[in-house]
Amino acid sequence: MEKFLQIKDLTTRFYTEDGVVYAVNGVSYTLEEGEILGVVGESGCGKTVHALSIMGLIPSPPGKIEKGEVIFDGRDLLQASQGELRDIRGSQIAMVFQDPMTSLNPVFTVGFQITEALSIHKGMGNNEAREVAGDLLEQVGIPGAHSRLDDYPHQFSGGMRQRAMIAMALSCDPKLLIADEPTTALDVTIQAQIVDLVKHLQQDLGMAVMWITHDLGVIAEIAQKINVMYAGYIVERGSVRNIFKRTRHPYTMGLLGSLPRLDEAPGTELLAIPGLPPDLLSLPKGCPFVYRCMYAVDRCLEEMPPLEQTDEKDHTVACWRWKEIISKK
Amino acid sequence: MSPEQEPLIKVRNLKKYFPIYSGALLQRHAGDIKAVDGVSFDIYKGETLGLVGETGSGKTTVGRTMIRLYEATEGEVTLDGVDLFSLKSKDMSQIRRRIAIIFQDPYASLNPRMTIGSIIAEPLEIHKLASGKEKEERVNELLSMVGLGTYCVNRYPFEFSGGQRQRIGIARALAINPDLIVCDEPISSLDVSIQAQVVNLLEKLQRQLGLTYLFIAHDLSMVRHISDRMAVMYLGKIMELADRDEIYLKPVHPYTQALMSAIPVPDPDIALERKHIILEGDMPSPAAPPKGCNFSTRCQYAKDICHEQEPEFREVKSEHFVACHFAEDFL
Repeated sequence: MEKFLQIKDLTTRFYTEDGVVYAVNGVSYTLEEGEILGVVGESGCGKTVHALSIMGLIPSPPGKIEKGEVIFDGRDLLQASQGELRDIRGSQIAMVFQDPMTSLNPVFTVGFQITEALSIHKGMGNNEAREVAGDLLEQVGIPGAHSRLDDYPHQFSGGMRQRAMIAMALSCDPKLLIADEPTTALDVTIQAQIVDLVKHLQQDLGMAVMWITHDLGVIAEIAQKINVMYAGYIVERGSVRNIFKRTRHPYTMGLLGSLPRLDEAPGTELLAIPGLPPDLLSLPKGCPFVYRCMYAVDRCLEEMPPLEQTDEKDHTVACWRWKEIISKK
Repeated sequence: MSPEQEPLIKVRNLKKYFPIYSGALLQRHAGDIKAVDGVSFDIYKGETLGLVGETGSGKTTVGRTMIRLYEATEGEVTLDGVDLFSLKSKDMSQIRRRIAIIFQDPYASLNPRMTIGSIIAEPLEIHKLASGKEKEERVNELLSMVGLGTYCVNRYPFEFSGGQRQRIGIARALAINPDLIVCDEPISSLDVSIQAQVVNLLEKLQRQLGLTYLFIAHDLSMVRHISDRMAVMYLGKIMELADRDEIYLKPVHPYTQALMSAIPVPDPDIALERKHIILEGDMPSPAAPPKGCNFSTRCQYAKDICHEQEPEFREVKSEHFVACHFAEDFL
C-alpha cells in the first residue's frame, strides 16, 4: 500500500481578539490508500480544524496554518494555489459535514447540487449528469432515486440528506473521503444505516476514509486505525485493536472508562476524567492533559512528550510514563 | 425494583396532540400531530426509569405533559394517589414542589442575566422555602452537593462550561427537595468525559437523597447504565417496557431488537461479530401515523393484522410489557 496522504508537523492557529488559539499543534501521520482512519477526540481537540487545514478551508484571517506539509499524491497541498485546490477538492478529496441541513443549499434541488459537481469536475452535459446523479442517489440507498432529483433538501429526512451529501461527495470518485461527524446529528438506527453504507462503498470503491467523531463506539465499528487527539495534539495512534485493547495513554484510558460497559454490574460507577479540557488560548507548557491526569509528575508540566513507539508495532503514544503505567496495571 | 412496591407516579393512557391549522385567516383545524398517543407506565419510589426513543418519538413530550408543562389531551397521571390533571393551579403549585426538571440545553435553560446564586435561589423564593441567611446557606449547600464551590454565587452563566452549567441546573432542581426529577436529555450536549461526571453525580445524589428519576435520552448505552427499567418509545407509543437488562439482552419487540443492535459498542472484537438489524426507511410522520401498529411500515415481520389492528400493550411475562401482536413468538 502506498502512503498517499502524508501530514508533517501541521500547525494551525487562530489569531483572535482574546489571543492566539492553539488549535492544531504539530500533527504528523500518514494515511494509506484504501485505509479507514478514525480521528477521535472531544470538542475543541482540533479534529475538525486539522481536516479543514488539509483541505485548505481554514478562514484566513483569523486562521493561519503556521507550518507543516500536507503531501497528497506527491504534492504539498499547503503550497498549492486556490485554483489547484479547487480542482482537488471534490474530485480527489471530498468532504461530508456534520449537519446535513446546513451543508445543503435549501434553495436548489438535490439533483442540481449533485450535478453541479459533475459538470464542473467532469465536464458532463446536463442529461448525462442527471442520469449519473440519479444512479448515485440509488447507490446510497434512496428509494425512487431518479424521481427525487427535483426534490428540495427540506423534502428529505435527516438520514436521506446525509445520504445525498455522501452521494455528492462520491460523485467524482474521490480517492479520499473526509467525513466530519457524519452521523452525530442522526438517530442510532439511521447512524447504523450510514455506517453500513460507508463501509460498503469503501470496499467497493477502494477509497480511503477519514472518519472524524467523538463517538468511540462508531470508531470501533468502522476504523482500521485511530488517531486520538487532545488539545490539538495526537496523543495516541494505533490500530483499532491496540487503541481499545492495549491502551497506553491515560487520556484514552479515561475516555474508554467514561463509557458504560455492556458487561458491567448494576451500580458500577463510571470512571470519569476529572476536570475540564484545557483552554486553547493558554495551553500548559508540557503535556496538555497534565491537569486531569492521575499519573502526572513534574516533568509532564515542563515538557511535551513526543509520540513514541510503544511495545507494539504500529502503535505510538505521547506520554512520559506509559511504561510505568502499564507495569502498575 | 420490586413490583410489590407502591408506584410514586402512575401514568395511564396519556395523550398529547398538537393541533395543525391551515388557512391564513379562517384557521381551520386540519389535523393533529400525535406526539404522545396513549402511553401508560409507573415509576416506583427511588428507581430510575429510562425513556428512550429516536427524534420525534415523543419522549420529551411525555416528560413535559406528565408534569403539566403541556396540558394533556387525554389520560391520567397520579402522584401518590393525587390526580394531577384535575388539580386547580393553586393546588398544582403545591405539587410542583415535589417535581423538578433538568433540561437538555444548559445554555438555553439558565437565564444569562441572573447570577448563579439567584438562579438557584429562585425556586426557594417562589415556594417560600427559605429566605435571608437561611437561603444563602441553602444555596451554598446545593452548590457543594453538585461539586461546585461557593465562589460561583456571584458569577454569571457565561463563565461556565457546559458540564458546569448542567451541574447548576441540577442544583436548581434539587433546591425544592423534590421526590421526582424529570431529566430531559441532561447529558446529550456534553462531551464524553463530562457526561460520565454528570451521570456519576446524578447517581450519587439519588443514593444520598432517595430521588426518583425519569431519565429521558437517546444515548442508549448511557440510559442502560443509569436506569433500573427502560421504556422504548416509537412514534408516540411505548413499544416495550422492562428491566434494563431484559430490554438490552433479550429485547422482544422487533423495533427494540433493531434499536439495540444499532448501538455502537466501543469494543472492536464485539463490533466485528455483531450484526446490525438495518431498518429500512424513516419514521412516519406523527401527523399521519400508519393504521394498525405504528412500526408496521418498517417491521420485517409485519403481517396483515399489523397493518389493520393496533397491538395491545400487555404484560407478556412478569414485569415485561410489549406492544406487538407476535410478542409471544419472540420470547
